[in-house]
Amino acid sequence: MLIFSVFKTLTDQQVTVELKNDLSITGVLKSVDQFLNIRLDNIQVLDAARHPHMMAVKNCFIRGSVVRYVQLPAEHVDTQLLEDATRREAANPSKR
Amino acid sequence: MDSLIPFTTSGSLVDCVDRKMLVILRDGRKLQGVLRSYDQFANLVLEDTVERIYHKNAFADFPRGLFLIRGENVVLLGEIDLDKEDEVPLRQVDYPTLEPYHRAEIEAKKERDEVKAQILFDEQGYSKEGGEGDGY
Repeated sequence: MLIFSVFKTLTDQQVTVELKNDLSITGVLKSVDQFLNIRLDNIQVLDAARHPHMMAVKNCFIRGSVVRYVQLPAEHVDTQLLEDATRREAANPSKR
Repeated sequence: MDSLIPFTTSGSLVDCVDRKMLVILRDGRKLQGVLRSYDQFANLVLEDTVERIYHKNAFADFPRGLFLIRGENVVLLGEIDLDKEDEVPLRQVDYPTLEPYHRAEIEAKKERDEVKAQILFDEQGYSKEGGEGDGY
């Protein structure tokens, strides 16, 4: 749930999502749900020449289960706060 | 209004209904059709679907009809910008013309991936991927 909350705070930021089929998409994070499905607006595909089918696509929905990595803007993630929250959750697993 | 829709699959896909969408499946297929319905697992209903194959700067369509796609097979659902679609610098050819090239490409990729997996297994200590894999 913590990671979901982190993603929610990052809406409207630019992120890069790498999928398990090696497709990398950069776009503005529009929404994320409890499965970490991701909605990106205004997308750009890395190595677009290799992925001609993406040329006419501007917004997309990515199923959470096929995501390998998400690159986040470091300046918008407070890792110290996240670390504290993780410890708190680990110490207190009932309060989810 | 946007902020009133909760963070759910349904909340994020509602504006895609009745639009022309691109769906990429886990086996690498690319489908284009009109999104008619969906649910929280990203199960999708696509109407007037065509399967589109690509090779170099050519593409071809094969009409497939109505699809109900089980969500676990979905990689990506993209909204097709109809203006941008007209500017795509690819030419359309007959499906039977392109299909052999497309199939050869898939075979070549499969072979490459197998070689890669074998090297990772033999020399790098990686485990093999399971049967129900991500081999798309």
